[in-house]
Amino acid sequence: MLHNLANLRKYRGLIQSLVVRELKARYRGSVLGFFWSFVNPLLLLLIYSFVFTVVLPGTHPAEIEPYALFMFCGILPWTWFSSSLLESSNVLIAGGNLIKKVLFPAEVLPIVTVLANMVHFFLGLPILAGFLIYYRAPLQMQELIWFPVVVFVQLLLTIGLAFIVSALTVHFRDLKDLLANLLTFWFFATPIIYPMSAAPEGGRTFLNLNPFTHLAISYQEILFYQGPFGHWKWLLALLGGSIGLFLLGYFLFDRLRDSFAEEV
Amino acid sequence: MDCAIEAVDVTKVYRRYAHKRQFATLKSALLSGSLIRDLSPNDTFHALQGVSFRVPKGSTYGIVGRNGSGKSTLLKCVAGITKPTTGRVTVDGRVSALIELGAGFHPEISGRENVFINGIMLGLSKREVARRFDEIVEFAELEDFIDAPVKTYSSGMYMRLGFAVAIHVDPDVLLVDEVLAVGDEGFTHKCLDKFADFRRRGKTILLVTHALGLVERFCDEALWVDAGTAKMSGDPRRVIGAYVTDVEKNEEATLAAGDARARQVADAQPVPDAADEGAFPQNPVSAGSAPDDMFLATEGRWGSREVEITDVRFLGRDGRPGHVFASGEAVTIVLGVRADRPIADFVFGIGIFNADAVCCYGTNTSLDELKSERFEGTGEVRFAIDRLDLVEGTYKVDVAVHARDGLPYDYHRLLYTFRIKSRVKDVGIYRPEHRWEFSGAITLRPVLDGPGDVR
Repeated sequence: MLHNLANLRKYRGLIQSLVVRELKARYRGSVLGFFWSFVNPLLLLLIYSFVFTVVLPGTHPAEIEPYALFMFCGILPWTWFSSSLLESSNVLIAGGNLIKKVLFPAEVLPIVTVLANMVHFFLGLPILAGFLIYYRAPLQMQELIWFPVVVFVQLLLTIGLAFIVSALTVHFRDLKDLLANLLTFWFFATPIIYPMSAAPEGGRTFLNLNPFTHLAISYQEILFYQGPFGHWKWLLALLGGSIGLFLLGYFLFDRLRDSFAEEV
Repeated sequence: MDCAIEAVDVTKVYRRYAHKRQFATLKSALLSGSLIRDLSPNDTFHALQGVSFRVPKGSTYGIVGRNGSGKSTLLKCVAGITKPTTGRVTVDGRVSALIELGAGFHPEISGRENVFINGIMLGLSKREVARRFDEIVEFAELEDFIDAPVKTYSSGMYMRLGFAVAIHVDPDVLLVDEVLAVGDEGFTHKCLDKFADFRRRGKTILLVTHALGLVERFCDEALWVDAGTAKMSGDPRRVIGAYVTDVEKNEEATLAAGDARARQVADAQPVPDAADEGAFPQNPVSAGSAPDDMFLATEGRWGSREVEITDVRFLGRDGRPGHVFASGEAVTIVLGVRADRPIADFVFGIGIFNADAVCCYGTNTSLDELKSERFEGTGEVRFAIDRLDLVEGTYKVDVAVHARDGLPYDYHRLLYTFRIKSRVKDVGIYRPEHRWEFSGAITLRPVLDGPGDVR
């Protein structure tokens, strides 16, 4: 397994060109093209803002303003996370031709999915930055240094889960549908459209067990809240957990690797 | 000598799941607690059983065998796409597998980008692809279309591009699985030239194909895989010979079974009563008098059975019964006949039709100026052909006995089948015995071991 893991470095060029292909192919033929990477999160933000300021006003604590910005800090990374996992669940089956007919390192496929979605996440950041400037939200350099760390933790966590999801879906096709519902539940079980402080006392422990809670809170603390980044202990613990999950995911993927060519 | 590929006792077992596992769900598996049971196979299929072979460096090795015999599985094991269940395969050097051409192409992006990505997938670096790019495009003959998305390509263009990329990876070991069927004649020749070039440069080629001539011409050694086992290996001509003989034996069995079925159908048709005599509903012809209509008739059997054909056999050289004959072989059609009452007016006829239902030859005793005198009891009619000079193909036979005015006694329409085999792929129906003669400054030489030598 470790030998295979070391091999991953050799595939850098392949991963890079596949990510580029993925991005190019996604919007090929659409009028707005790459612009969609900006428009999608913007539209999402508009919908949530509309729902929580016009349709359901007063459902959020008054001290959190602007609420749209608060939500956006969580929704943007969540979109990266959830679409990575959803696409991963299908990626080995869709790439069946490669796995069956070409000597191809299958682990490249979920990694490419996660990375391509990460690029979309990055393309959404200018929108976020625009809003931050518009609302004159206070940003501090010391806090922003943590931003790449949060992204890295999320990357490890997502790839680890993507390995597990993609490998298992080959054997259980309906994991895909299960996953879609699970992710909806997961979204609401994460303090993204509500602040952690608004969660009921009893539910806090539960929320703390959710790894994405800490990612969401980290993003919110860095980008939205004022004051020093106080969540770093949780984040470092999550980093350790994510490394573990990454290795576990890779181990599982590696164990199931030989069955892919027969099952997809 | 050094081995480029060494396979030792390779066994590949595919698992089959009787629980219709692809429709089982994780939920139901968890609920019924059958997760572990469902994951364990309850039936296995041995795609390969203890196959061993060695391919010396720089040689060309052919693998032949029927469909489903395990050739492709073997190739995939060599390529490393699947792992053998037991046994091991070692390959020395960079491998490129031409198993499915253009497998990694993305339809939405241009041919140019696909060449780069495909090349990188096959193990080249970006710089290496860039260096070979022009050569690849030129080889694929796609200079004008290389910037169009691959989805707009015809299947031939797609395959050509896939082939061009794969062959320009410049592997030490090239694995080829029946991919030469792509492209037109010109492209096929180019591919063969490329293979020859590979051989010259001392590279190793492993070829899986049904083109037996190619194996005979190209390969230094051949392996015949049958039902997952290595049946024979060694000199390609010997291996191909044994393989072809085996295939003929099987075809023979298939044709014989087909004939038996046809005969059953024929026998099931009722013998008409005396009252119906002369009025045969399924009989569109009175054979002999209206030969044009005869070609419209479909297979079947009819007639008043005053004389009955009880048995039809084909005899080849040495009088062995069979259904597969070589072109130019002596063939005898034997009819067993019976007449319960003495009869003086009868004509025996034979017709041979090819797969397009074109009558290749037809005659009867009356046309051959023989006049019937008397027949009672049982007898045997032999229609002996000294040389059956037909081209390769499947042929159907009519046999009949009827009255001189055409009234059928027993007419068997297209019920019997035989096959003509030939090493020469000439066209048409009839092959006259022939030879080529040249005078003046014309020189030709026989293609070595090729299919050109008529014997």
